[in-house]
Amino acid sequence: MPMPAAEIESLIKQGIPDAKVEIRALADDEDHWAATVVSQEFAGKSKLQQHQLVYKALGGHMGGALHALQLQTFAPK
Amino acid sequence: MPNINEQIQAIVDNNDVVLFMKGTPDFPQCGFSHQASQLLRFIEVDFKGVNCLETDELRQGIKNFSNWPTIPQIYLKGEFVGGADILRELFQSGELFATLTQKGIPFKAPAGAQA
Repeated sequence: MPMPAAEIESLIKQGIPDAKVEIRALADDEDHWAATVVSQEFAGKSKLQQHQLVYKALGGHMGGALHALQLQTFAPK
Repeated sequence: MPNINEQIQAIVDNNDVVLFMKGTPDFPQCGFSHQASQLLRFIEVDFKGVNCLETDELRQGIKNFSNWPTIPQIYLKGEFVGGADILRELFQSGELFATLTQKGIPFKAPAGAQA
């Protein structure tokens, strides 16, 4: 069951309010996405912790309705 | 029979490098698992590939064990490193080589890479 980009973006922003989110499709199937997330919340955290914050924002959807999401996270420069 | 958490713990305790993946290194069944296993092969790290599609228990168990919702997952000397995206970033930044060196895990740095 695919998840549209707008819904992914809105979930991430609900969990991480200052997040700048960019989503692009890896395939034309509404099911394989790549997201870049930039947030002050990531400052001083490891990549592992940064990804975990995004997964937490996505709730139980990651690995469920949201099948494939390539993830890049950054703290603002 | 030990429970699934104990089984997974034993795997990461007994192998320096473990890739929990969908499919096997020779026949990966997901693009992210493919990417991660190719990367480890490229830098000639000896790793154990564990096919999480073999049982539902393992497929769900590894997500709970690591508190990480996706597969693949990489463990170095018992420590959870992350998924395919993190592995690639660590490789690109050179941090992966520093970590492998620090943990005493043999690898072959590609020409031009920062080891």
